[in-house]
Amino acid sequence: MHPAPSVIIFSTLSGAGFGLLIFLGLGLPAVEGRVAFVFYLIAFGLTVIGLLSSVFHLKNRKNAWRSYSQWRSSWLSREAWAAVLSLVVMGLYAAGQVFFGLTLAPLGWLGAALSLFTVYTTSMIYTQLRAVPRWNQWATPVLFLVASLAGGALLSGNATAAILLLALLGIVVLWHWWKGDRRFGEVGSTLETATRLEGRVKLWEKPHTGENYLTREMVYQIGRRHAVKLRVIAMGLMVVLPLLVLLVLGAHHVSAAVAVLSYLAGMAVQRWLFFAEAEHVVGLYYGAHGNMTANASERTPA
Amino acid sequence: MTALPERTDRKLGLVIDLDTCVGCHACVIACKGWNTQHYGAPLSDQDAYGDASGTFLNRIHSYQVEPEHGASQTIHFPKSCLHCEDAPCVTVCPTGASYKRAEDGIVLVNEDACMGCGLCAWACPYGAREVDMAAGIMKKCTLCVDRIYNENLPEADRQPACVRTCPSGARHFGDLGDPDSDVSRLVAERGGVDLMPEQNTKPVNQYLPPRPKDRLQAPEMTGDEDILAPWLAPVAEEPQGFLKWLDGALERL
Repeated sequence: MHPAPSVIIFSTLSGAGFGLLIFLGLGLPAVEGRVAFVFYLIAFGLTVIGLLSSVFHLKNRKNAWRSYSQWRSSWLSREAWAAVLSLVVMGLYAAGQVFFGLTLAPLGWLGAALSLFTVYTTSMIYTQLRAVPRWNQWATPVLFLVASLAGGALLSGNATAAILLLALLGIVVLWHWWKGDRRFGEVGSTLETATRLEGRVKLWEKPHTGENYLTREMVYQIGRRHAVKLRVIAMGLMVVLPLLVLLVLGAHHVSAAVAVLSYLAGMAVQRWLFFAEAEHVVGLYYGAHGNMTANASERTPA
Repeated sequence: MTALPERTDRKLGLVIDLDTCVGCHACVIACKGWNTQHYGAPLSDQDAYGDASGTFLNRIHSYQVEPEHGASQTIHFPKSCLHCEDAPCVTVCPTGASYKRAEDGIVLVNEDACMGCGLCAWACPYGAREVDMAAGIMKKCTLCVDRIYNENLPEADRQPACVRTCPSGARHFGDLGDPDSDVSRLVAERGGVDLMPEQNTKPVNQYLPPRPKDRLQAPEMTGDEDILAPWLAPVAEEPQGFLKWLDGALERL
């Protein structure tokens, strides 16, 4: 899938922002006054920049308001509702803490639950797509939730929780990559199932000489060696470096800032890979993903 | 709501005969023509005389097939929306623009409600939906809904533009929900198949596999080639039959 910068920025920043809102909503830490103002500025800044960025990938923005209509069937519509509801609830909770020194704990819990649900809805937009086997697995929502919670723990200064969640994030990301590499074979779509022709099928001629919307959007291919390098970079920045900083230097403002920036940079690389490595089955019609299906039997031992 | 109808009264769709399709792309042009001049936003092209790209609701791929026995074949493969019964493109739509009609099963986009997020195109395994780069909205095959019920057209023209124009009779239109319809009987007779059945979309459109080529196959090679083969003399040095007579006649001149 084409790794659009708007969607990568959105899921990286808003994921971390909602993670921070979850911790603040749970009262971890319970903040008031000027400190609360700074915390909420960071949290709302990240989520709102992320959400605005996601609007930029719409080709017909004037109808964006209609995305609130289909919450009964569409995960994207549910995400739109969950994002606004959690921002409103957390906004009220934040106003109490910042301006009145008043912590309405149940309101915070509700806001934390809604923030967590928002991250889940984002993940389900990808998880539900059977046509993209790498995303269509249960590790996808787990990955998004743990990534968001780890970012939130880092940003809110919960050092112990951050260490545990970062370690867990490392395991989940490794699993998602390992399982993701096998999903195409498991789903079983090949050029033979796509065309139902008997024998060995090869693309002889594309429909048109040029590229089209489908090939630009869904038949994005990256070199395998680059992918491996980028996985190492993502894991190093997202998990290993923040863990080392927290464990060796301890948790104070400077080390936390380094850990957060490293985490965000690593997360952006991970999300870039999340899109760039995701193979859409329509690529089969265009002669792509032969490597994913040719050794499908080798990938999935019976 | 972009929920799918529990059942549709009819299942209008196409049957595509991979045996007779000659890959002329006439259906592609007819589709682009009709759908640019009639309902909805026109199907635009970008940089048509340079690095050309554009919106098409119907595209023809061509494949080379190597069967277990016999010579390779070239198969031309038209592909447009399959109007699936379990259309994943419909339920993902957040704005309610995508829907499947309960009366005839046609999957459509209400262009006035589409916000161009492209999620439905991601959900479709077949590549049947494309965002038009000029209009910024999702375009897809309408099964020429503005032709098939159009009483202003002569009755013969009340079928999708691709079917009406196909010069080799490789495209058929009808109700695949009615087991006695011409298209359903054709599918039963020729063993029509679903594309990507493992995607669980239950496509309405059916594809008829190419018939076995029983006479034009190259003779089958059997056994190993002898290592002395390159040194063997040709089997017949003298021409036979008509060529023998011609050879002799020319000699006598």
